[in-house]
Amino acid sequence: MGKEGGKTVSIRQRREKEIRVAFFGVALASIATLGLIVLFLFMEGIPIFKEVSVHDFLFGKYWYPTDDPPDFGIFPLIAASISVTAVASIISIPLGVLTALYLAEAASYRVREWVKPVVELLAAIPSVVIGFFGMVVFAPFLQEILDIPTGLNLFNASLMLAFMSIPTICSISEDAIFSVPIELKEASLALGATHWETIWRVIIPASISGISTAIILGMSRAIGETMVVLMVAGGATLIPASLFDPVRPMPASIAAEMAEAPFRGDHYHALFATGIILFLFTLLFNLVADYVSNKYRQVGAATL
Amino acid sequence: MKFKGFSVGTFAVALCFTASLAYAGNIVIKGSTTVLPIAQKVAEAYMKQHPDVKISISGGGSGNGIKALIDGSTDIADSSRFIKSKEVKLAVEKGRYPVPFAVAYDCIVPVVHSSNSVTDITMAQLRDLYMGKIKNWKELDGPDRKIVVISRDTSSGTYEVWSKKVMKKERVFPGALLQASNGAIVQAVANNKNAIGYIGLGYMNDNVKPLMVDRIKGSLETTLNGTYPISRPLYMFTSGWPKGDTLKFINFVVHPQKGQKYVRDAGFVPLY
Repeated sequence: MGKEGGKTVSIRQRREKEIRVAFFGVALASIATLGLIVLFLFMEGIPIFKEVSVHDFLFGKYWYPTDDPPDFGIFPLIAASISVTAVASIISIPLGVLTALYLAEAASYRVREWVKPVVELLAAIPSVVIGFFGMVVFAPFLQEILDIPTGLNLFNASLMLAFMSIPTICSISEDAIFSVPIELKEASLALGATHWETIWRVIIPASISGISTAIILGMSRAIGETMVVLMVAGGATLIPASLFDPVRPMPASIAAEMAEAPFRGDHYHALFATGIILFLFTLLFNLVADYVSNKYRQVGAATL
Repeated sequence: MKFKGFSVGTFAVALCFTASLAYAGNIVIKGSTTVLPIAQKVAEAYMKQHPDVKISISGGGSGNGIKALIDGSTDIADSSRFIKSKEVKLAVEKGRYPVPFAVAYDCIVPVVHSSNSVTDITMAQLRDLYMGKIKNWKELDGPDRKIVVISRDTSSGTYEVWSKKVMKKERVFPGALLQASNGAIVQAVANNKNAIGYIGLGYMNDNVKPLMVDRIKGSLETTLNGTYPISRPLYMFTSGWPKGDTLKFINFVVHPQKGQKYVRDAGFVPLY
């Protein structure tokens, strides 16, 4: 009897161990994939710096990769990516966060149950569809209304990107705001604060780390998005001087040119190096998100 | 392949090997990315009819294709230009005689919005447009509107023709918009009354209006008789007169009802 019991325990322990190893393997697989992709990205991108210095690559104003001699300056592309993301954030952050506040604090249960899935559905629209909408519907409209030379420009791309990041920002912020413990809110109201004061002084500070994470994830979605900017940003390698200038963000350049760049040629390496810069941007966003969510983490009941 | 390279001593030996390679049912095609879509479409159709033949196709540019032909590492070299005399010399030194086959023509047409009143443009005006010197349609006797210049991604064959035939060593100015395909240019020009773009003749449709260049309309006839300025023949080169499967394949490519049908599908001008 005792012997049998011991055997069962050892089988259970072994199975436990096997399962743990299996899960470790699964976790390791995705990390290893990521590691290999990063390694590959750097291996294919670094060789360009034998042809052009890092400074000239980052701050060169001309991108003529197939000319003879070629110019590999991606400053206009970086400027385009940053400006498109910035304008998209200016549009999407207030809309996303305020929608989240409304849904979590002001909306009735029924409205919330309806509106939230609809906002999240916005995230389910394929980016090529949003791009097509921007190109065929919004661009001619914009051009007509404002009487500008082309509707394919920075503003159009930013607006389409804002559509794409609003669901991310709204959904994650709403989760953060909604999970602020009810005690905090009740305590605030009990002290005589109005609903507005409670939201502004208690709810938002308590959920600020979640909201910040939401904003940064939304922004990194915008900076990495390819199809939309390829279709509606216009694609001129200009450093934008106005909101309605056509621009070419980094992902658009990579997508448009990679297909026919000679394998392992300078152009190919330069596009991968552009990919490295893009990767560093999103990495930076993630580090900032991590830092913010740790720094502003509330202790006690408000810990999210 | 390497083995073949080593064993080349005389022309006869080379021919033997090409022949034996061909009888094994393999054809290797390398070269121009412009000719690549033609080669791919035709090869697919050919392999469907001849399942025993395997055709492997890779790009890499016209220069690389011809280099591979000289080295003996390919049966057919795709090229968007004629072979240079230096390359012929190198080939002959190695006992190879490159034989050109024109397989199609590339014809690039400038297009504008269908409401645009401009119908005719000169090569010099086109160059100034794409250099950013001409900024308003007024300068071309059109309406008083800013011109939106649309160009292609720099690695496309269409851009290559444009830059060679129209730009003549000048750069397309950075303010030119970019679209990544012929279809996207049609779409963008059709939606913008200020726009000018350029597309392969095969992509022309009623949504956009073609411009005459130096008073010549870009068409099958003007391309084939050589009067239209923005066009060029595309070639496949073989080493010596082709034999076996390579010959059959080349015959298939230039056949009016067989290969040339796919040339049109790929957006190029067929030979006939």
